[in-house]
Amino acid sequence: MTVERLTQPVLITLALVALAVFALISGLDPVLLGASIIIAAQPLLLAAIGEMVVEKSGVLNLGVEGMMIIGAIAGFAFAVESGSPWVGFLGAALAGAALALVFGVLTQVLLSNQVATGLALTLFGLGLAALIGQPYSGLKPPAFGSLDIPGLSDLPVVGPLFLSHDAVVYFALGLVIAVWLFLGRSRPGMILRAVGENHAAAHALGYNVIAIRLAAIAFGGACAGLGGAYLSLVRVPQWNEGMTAGAGWIALAIVVFGAWKPWRVMLGAYLFGGVTILQLNLQAANLTPLWLLAFGLFLFAIWRTLTSRAGPIELLLLWLGTIALGTWSAAYPISIQAQYLSMTPYLVTIIVLVVMSADRLRANQNAPASLGQVFHKSG
Amino acid sequence: MLILERRPAPSRFLQLATPVLALIATMIAGGILFAFLGKNPVEAIRVIFFDPLFDSYSRSEILVKAAPLVLIATGLAMGFRAGIWNIGAEGQFIIGALTGGAVGLAFYGTDGVWLLPLMALAGALGGCAWAMIPAILKIRFNANEILVSLMLVYVATLLLSAMVSGPLRDPDGFNFPESRQFHDSATLPILMAGTRVHMGILVALGVVVAAYVILARHLLGFQIRLYGQAPRAARFAGVRDHILIATCLGISGALAGLAGLFEAAGPVGQLVPALPAGYGFTAIIVAFLGRLNPLGILLAGLVMALTYIGGETAQFSLQIPAAAISVFQGMLLFFLLAVDVLSTYRLRWQGRRAA
Repeated sequence: MTVERLTQPVLITLALVALAVFALISGLDPVLLGASIIIAAQPLLLAAIGEMVVEKSGVLNLGVEGMMIIGAIAGFAFAVESGSPWVGFLGAALAGAALALVFGVLTQVLLSNQVATGLALTLFGLGLAALIGQPYSGLKPPAFGSLDIPGLSDLPVVGPLFLSHDAVVYFALGLVIAVWLFLGRSRPGMILRAVGENHAAAHALGYNVIAIRLAAIAFGGACAGLGGAYLSLVRVPQWNEGMTAGAGWIALAIVVFGAWKPWRVMLGAYLFGGVTILQLNLQAANLTPLWLLAFGLFLFAIWRTLTSRAGPIELLLLWLGTIALGTWSAAYPISIQAQYLSMTPYLVTIIVLVVMSADRLRANQNAPASLGQVFHKSG
Repeated sequence: MLILERRPAPSRFLQLATPVLALIATMIAGGILFAFLGKNPVEAIRVIFFDPLFDSYSRSEILVKAAPLVLIATGLAMGFRAGIWNIGAEGQFIIGALTGGAVGLAFYGTDGVWLLPLMALAGALGGCAWAMIPAILKIRFNANEILVSLMLVYVATLLLSAMVSGPLRDPDGFNFPESRQFHDSATLPILMAGTRVHMGILVALGVVVAAYVILARHLLGFQIRLYGQAPRAARFAGVRDHILIATCLGISGALAGLAGLFEAAGPVGQLVPALPAGYGFTAIIVAFLGRLNPLGILLAGLVMALTYIGGETAQFSLQIPAAAISVFQGMLLFFLLAVDVLSTYRLRWQGRRAA
């Protein structure tokens, strides 16, 4: 626990420093970079926080990708037809919840296998979204403006980073707080967690396990729908077939990364938003593999210096190596194919999963005990 | 109210009947969907499900489509039975096509009957190696194989795109992102003149028979079934779960890789970014529709191939969008999972008083 307390702030600071350095080196505005990371993180954050609640109730819904893409097209279609992005977001939440309830009825009432049903939800959702979306490709959605606070939003650095976002960014932050309070500080939240830990015991105490789980599943679907709509209405903003490109699956990994804790899930969403934006900028900046290696070594050197776990000789070697590699990479610019950079979000997901799962005790500490198990009253 | 009551043992009859029930329910729901799209539902269902059966070229195309589906689904079913969820078959399919295809391109212009077996071996090994990534990460670090294998699909897709626009690009191809056409020795022989029915179909049939024997008669099959039903008991009975995980993922990866190579060296004839057509995901539906049984999968693969071929016809004869067919396939899996409850539970009417 103490190690975790120490390393987390260090890691976050490190990431922020690295980000600023990266932005300055490649000639980008660090503030704009930060703002675009916040935008990129929202779809993941919304989907992941919803899925976290679902998993806390003991249900593993692997259909996040399907619910997100349905949210993306439903949000887009409602917004275009009505001319209001608000109607779009509302429609997306409803569509996501409706699709989630299909999963809910199948797994909770008809007792189907949760893994298989979640996969079915994704396959079905991708097909249905493509079918609905045909007339909408190439259209532009109505603009979704940011909520500017007169005076404050014009402040340097703080303004564009924290005070001039659209309503959904603030809503997502509020949602994280609400979920944190609900799960940790309220009685209904405790009942939901009890259902997820031991459904037989919760049933014996008189709680309606199926109804509670159905509610959680619908909530998760609505959140995933909102996340999808944020992609098609704000982040891109356009409708493309298969536009979620694995975001729903990454959201599932973020829940594991976040160890089923709301704030850590939020941290994970921002981490992945950062990775996505960075690799896009790297593609644009035409950086070489050697440069990336030098940059990685640079980060590692900072990490070793800050945690003061290394001796002076190792530190000296590290920093000298960093400088040498950096000079070398500047001298020999050999470009890297864009496809390799596009792989990074997926590779980072795998690395994060491995790191989080490796310590079995810690990984399972917070995981709901009944996760993925079928509940039937006969036991 | 209506309640579900667990059957003492799953009904054998219903286990066989539920896929048929699900198929009928899907046809009805699909008909409603087509009516909603403004098409004549009866005609649409006829074009998709019955017309291809009465046309000899369509029949041969069903075999061409069914081969990769059956190959992949047979491998997946072994894992699914053991509770090991490889859902990244699409990625293993791509890597198999890539490694096997690379061997074919390396010997470009070289004649010899040894070349195709070598390509098939390379493809199977490539797919197997790609599947060993989630296997090793699960065994060593307890990482979820569902998420890891799925993430690797995106990585494989990007790798294929990088390769055909980089090292494997056709030198005379005007910079198009595609490889050379495979030469004759590196292309699967056609079994029936005038069709695309290739050697891979026979291999798929052989794999089905082998898988059936392994699952029903071999110790490995017993261990797979035991581990899927009771992992703890299996461990006590001497099943080494690490080896079982690696075996299941390895076999399914190798078969998916083989299917990928057959697709590249068969109907497609070269490596292109559009090679993966979603077979790896459709095969999941095929595996469930076939009740995770190799013989059932053979039938299910043919039915699913039928919807592909019928769907293609319906696209130009009735202007039904291609996406409608994937909705159709998704619905099929939903209905299958929904009616499946009937084989393990029975419906009973009960008074309001007790639960």
